Formats: sequence, structure tokens, C-alpha cells
Amino acid sequence: MKIHLKNGRVIDPASGLDAVRDVFVAAGHIVGVGAAPADFHANQVIDATDLVVCPGLVDLSVRLREPGLEYMATLESEMHACAVGGVTSLACPPDTDPPLDEPGLVEMLKFRAKHMPGPRVYPVGALTRELKGERLTEMAELNEAGCIAFSQADAPLTDTQVLLRAMEYAKTFDLPLWLRPQDAHLAREGVAHDGVVAARHGLPPIPVPAETVAISTILLLVRETGARVHLARLSSRAGIEMVRRAKQDGLPITCDVGVHHVHLSEMDTADFDANCHLIPPLRSQRDREAIRKGLADGTIDAICSDHAPVDDDAKELPFQEADPGATGVELLLPLTLKWAREAGIPLARALGYLTHKPAGILGVDAGHIAAGRPADLCLFDPEAAWIVSPSNLASLGKNSPYLGLEMQGRVQYTLIDGHVDFRRDGHRQPNHG
Amino acid sequence: MSANLQLTDDGRLRHLLTLEGLPARILTQILDTAASFVPVSAQERDVKKVPLLRGKAIFNIFFENSTRTRTTFEIAAKRLSADVVNLNINASSQSKGETLLDTVANLSAMQADMFIVRHAAAGAGHLIARHVAPHIHVINAGDGRCSHPTQGLLDMFTLRHYKGAFHNLRVAIVGDVLHSRVARSQIHALTTLGCPEVRVVAPKTLLPRDVENLGVHVFHKMSEGIKDVDAVLMLRLQNERMRGSRLPSAGEYYKHWGLTPDKLKLAKPDAIVMHPGPMNRGVEIDSAVADGMQSVILSQVTFGIAVRMAVMSILAGN
Repeated sequence: MKIHLKNGRVIDPASGLDAVRDVFVAAGHIVGVGAAPADFHANQVIDATDLVVCPGLVDLSVRLREPGLEYMATLESEMHACAVGGVTSLACPPDTDPPLDEPGLVEMLKFRAKHMPGPRVYPVGALTRELKGERLTEMAELNEAGCIAFSQADAPLTDTQVLLRAMEYAKTFDLPLWLRPQDAHLAREGVAHDGVVAARHGLPPIPVPAETVAISTILLLVRETGARVHLARLSSRAGIEMVRRAKQDGLPITCDVGVHHVHLSEMDTADFDANCHLIPPLRSQRDREAIRKGLADGTIDAICSDHAPVDDDAKELPFQEADPGATGVELLLPLTLKWAREAGIPLARALGYLTHKPAGILGVDAGHIAAGRPADLCLFDPEAAWIVSPSNLASLGKNSPYLGLEMQGRVQYTLIDGHVDFRRDGHRQPNHG
Repeated sequence: MSANLQLTDDGRLRHLLTLEGLPARILTQILDTAASFVPVSAQERDVKKVPLLRGKAIFNIFFENSTRTRTTFEIAAKRLSADVVNLNINASSQSKGETLLDTVANLSAMQADMFIVRHAAAGAGHLIARHVAPHIHVINAGDGRCSHPTQGLLDMFTLRHYKGAFHNLRVAIVGDVLHSRVARSQIHALTTLGCPEVRVVAPKTLLPRDVENLGVHVFHKMSEGIKDVDAVLMLRLQNERMRGSRLPSAGEYYKHWGLTPDKLKLAKPDAIVMHPGPMNRGVEIDSAVADGMQSVILSQVTFGIAVRMAVMSILAGN
């Protein structure tokens, strides 16, 4: 299959390219940007006029809910939702049922995903068996089965000795750990930021030190072990400041934030909207500003959707009893564009947080537009306005804080491995060459 | 915020979920209406029922145990001639799989006109109010640590009864503010009704972070916190708080924050003492104070019936 993407605004965040160009795709790879290679005869021409052509998005946290949690969402539904959202590579956390703590489970997931349309799936293996925080998993075996990193997802790791040994063992194989910093004791029973809204509503709080104490422990152990650590879902100003200083000291750590935390704060939980019950909790407006600043100055390396489809029964409950999380993979791009507009960040820079930067954290060849790179591409209309509604979301999870609100920016085509994996109905039909 | 959910389009009370965000005119309307019910609710025991809620079906749905609050709601509803159904839905029947909203939908199908709901989770009343048919009214009888609006209102009624007005009062709320829905409702009501100085008195482990944002002055020492106040609003200290990491012992708590006759002397000579009950004598309050001349604790219970009658009759009329 040879595809000619014609006349699009090609943005390659890694190189800074932002210009109208044609892109040529053959045999799963980009074979030319600007000029076609010799003897290129397209099977398909896509008119990309007025569309941005960027690398397919790389999402560091998408819950596919398989195995075991198919009542919330299925692999098929969420893989499709990813393509609708322009995501072509994803990491899925190990908090399935059972957790991804055995090579067989990982192989099965990889196998099922591979034989389905949709993005490339990179499982994150469980760091400890059953995510109990006690015994290490067979990390080397899991790595061979396809796990690209190891994590506790949102399960606590209370035993600092286990954390130290996990770092030492992972370092033995040079495997990365993705850790969401949260002290389990300080966060015990908590559901909301320890701020003005939790004080008013009497919600059990998760104080900022739950994050900073954990970051402190992790950073000290990274210095001790030299382990490769990625900090997932930072939420607080103080936590981001610690990471900023550690990076200035030369510590080789990376970090990400969830896209909802770039926009929302504890104030959005004031009317008990269970769709705003997230992990980590939405914190104060000052914390949100610090996240935006951390993105702007490069302290934060990536934005992810932290996609967590939850069924209605688990959300139509009082705030503290509702399952946490928000559907997000289809909002990742428009919410990042919204931040870029509001913060005055050039589009090419903003898209870097969704493409080559997370690809670097994943350690995969993705997130670039250049000859020889895999043809994973996202074509979106940066002006298209749409309303977030259950029927407008492909994910089985309709749990969005943005229901009823307007988004600007919509994916029109998603190419994965050189094929059109998703094309929005109603978009002008491509000419066939 | 949540105020809209509580009010009709033309600004009348539709549900009573929290006192936060309710205008002073509605709080005053409830207190004034309650005053008219005091003779019915208290002194003249053999007076006939008021027929205001005849033919109305009121469901007391308690997902959390309560005797006092449920009973006063029941008495209030019966004095208004309503039909009352009491449902204690404990954790075991919830675990059979029926969700909160399913329970409410089933009861709605039984021609309910009003739900009085107590639940362990904050915002449970809001959730129900969002899902009931337009003619059904919801009264929050306590949700988690968030809100207990009728308790807050009956406390305001009691304060006004003994002190006449709010604009010249200095009030101290003493005890476990952190876990107390009563304290939160009192604070919202007092600040809305124009009380110029609301104090909270507690150890740091029993106060929410940045509690000053609620419009209160924070004190940690009783000797300072209740000095020259017009009213001391004591809070119940639950048994599970007396051990563990928030407090070392009931004895130490009593020594520092228990209301004794000696400490009460620091308040104004005519200060009144209130408590939402049930009391832990010898933990947060000395019996000599609880049963003393300045205590109005039993009046609170009596006024509670009138206030709940007022809330129900106003809702039914809107």
C-alpha cells in the first residue's frame, strides 16, 4: 500500500518542522517528506489540505481493561477509541484482573492486540506479584514477553525495602520503572486534594506530602541504585519543583502528567461530579498552574490521557464511592491543543509532549516524521469544533468531566503501520490515484 | 455550585441538601416558619395535628444508623399529617447489589413525595436530587462529614431563641470539626446569617486543612477560644477518634478540650451551651455543664421537631 498525503501542514516536533509538505508512505514506512521517491505510484491519495499531519500520538497510560475488566470496556472498543483519538502507540498499565504479572498474560494481550486494528500496544508489567507490593515479578521474563517497563499502577508499594530491591533488580537488566509517587499511609482512605473543597465537603483528603514524601524516597533510592525511573502522574506544585531540582542536579529521571490535570482543579469537584474523581486527585489552582509551568519549561516530559473507562454503575455513586478515573484517549489531543492555545505554546512544541517525548520514555521508534520512520501518523483538523457526548465518544467509557462541553481540534485520519486505521465519516473523500 | 440544585428557577427551596450557598432569606424563612410550629411541636401536646402534609408519603431512608434524627423527622412528619415510611438500609442489603439510585427509583415508584436521606458518603443527597422526578423533594439528614442542614438550622433556631439575633454574637464551635457534618452546617449557617465571629476550637488533628477559608477563627486552646463567647457549640467526639494517631486518649482530650464548669466561666456569664447529641459525658462535656443552668441541649431537641416541620412544609408548598 502506497499512500500520498497531499498538501498537509506537516509538523514534526522532534525536528521542529512545521510547513506544508506532502508525505509519502510505502510498506509501513515514511519514504519521503516533501519530494516523492523515484517511481512512487500512490494507491491512495489523501487530501490533507487544512489538516495538520503529525506523528501518531504516543500515550503513556491507556487502560484497555483486558484481561478481566471487560464489563468496563473491551480491548476492541478501546483500541478503536485510541485510533479515533489519533493514538498509534500506547502503554497499558498492569492494573487488570488478574494484573499483568505473568508472561502468559502479557503474551496473550500482545497477541490479541496484534490481530486487531488499532495502535501498537506496549504493556507495562506488574512490578510485584498481584501488585501486592511484596514479591518481585519475573521482570526479565516479562520483558521478553513484551513488557517495556514495570509499575505498580495505582497500587501501593508500602515497603521501602521492596522498592529498593525492585530498583536494584530492574537495574540489573536495565529495565525502567514507572512509579506514581504516593505514600500509601498519607493517602490512606483519601479521595480528594487536601484543600478548600475537601475541607468544605468533609471528603477524606490526600495531602500534597503524600506525593512529595514518595518522590523524596524515590529520588534518594535512584541516586543510590542508578535505576531508570519515570515518575507518572505528578499532581502538585511541590512535587514538580522537586523533580525540577533533581533534573538540574543531573538525575536521569523523566515524568508525565495526566491531561485532565492540565486543565481541572479541585474546584471542579465542588458539585460532587464523580467524573472528576481522579487519581491522583485534582489539586488546587496553584498546583494546576505549576503543572502548566512545568510543561512550558520542560520539567514535565509528556502528557498522557491516563485513560480509564468506567461504566455508569460505578460512576453514578456519591463522589467518594465512585470508581476513579476518566475516559480520555479521545480528549488527549484537543485538551493538549487547548492548553497550547491558552499558554501561547507553538503547536509543534505542544505536540512534542504527545509524540517523540513519550516515545523516548517508552523506548520505541515512534513519534517522528522523517523518511525511514514507521508510518504512524495523525491527521487532524485544528479548527474543527465538536461537543463531548456519549455518542461522540468511541470508548465504552463515557465518564468524562467534559461531557456537554466543546472541544476544538479533531482527528480525521489515523495511519498505523502505513495503513489508514481510522477515517472520520463525513470527511471529504480521498481521491484515489 | 450546589445551590442551584437546591432552588427552583424562581429561587424557592426545592431540596435541602446543604446550607452552603443558601441565601439568608431562605434560612430566615425556615426559622420563622419553625417558630410558628413550636406550640404544635412542644408545649401543647394534645393539640390537633396540622393537616399541611395530609396524603403525602415521606420516606425516611437511612443508610447509616440513627435513632434521634430519624425519630424527630418521623414525629415532625406525623404532626404534619404525612404518611411516614422508615427504611433502614444497612450495608448488607446494599451489598446485595442494589445501587443507591436503584433504591431511590424503587421508592419513587411507590408514590413518594419526599425523601429524607442519611448516607455515609458526602454528596449522596445531591446525587439523589439529580435523579428524582421533579415533584419529589430531598432532605439531607446527614451525608458523610459534609452536611447536616436540619441540625444546623435547629442550632440557629436555638441560638436565635435565646440570643435574639446573630449580628452581635461571638460563637465558639468546639471539638472534632474535621469529621463533623454538624460543624460544617453550623459554620455555613452562622456566616450566612451574619454572625460576625465564628470560632473553632480543637487540636490540629481534628481540624480540616486551611479551615480559615470557611470564614472561621482558629483556636487551639479552650482558654482562648471560648473567652467572652455568647454560645459554646460542643461537638461529639466519636469513640474511634479517641485512640490512634489523632488523639492519644480520651483523658487528655477531656483535660484540654472538655467543657467543664471552670472553663465555661471564661465565656460570657449568660453564654449558652449546645450539643447535637448524643453526648459523651466526661469526654467532651462535664455532666455539671450538660445538665447545668446554661445548657440548652434539651431545647435543641424540642426545637428540632419544629425546624423539621418547617422544612417539610416549605418544601411541600414549593
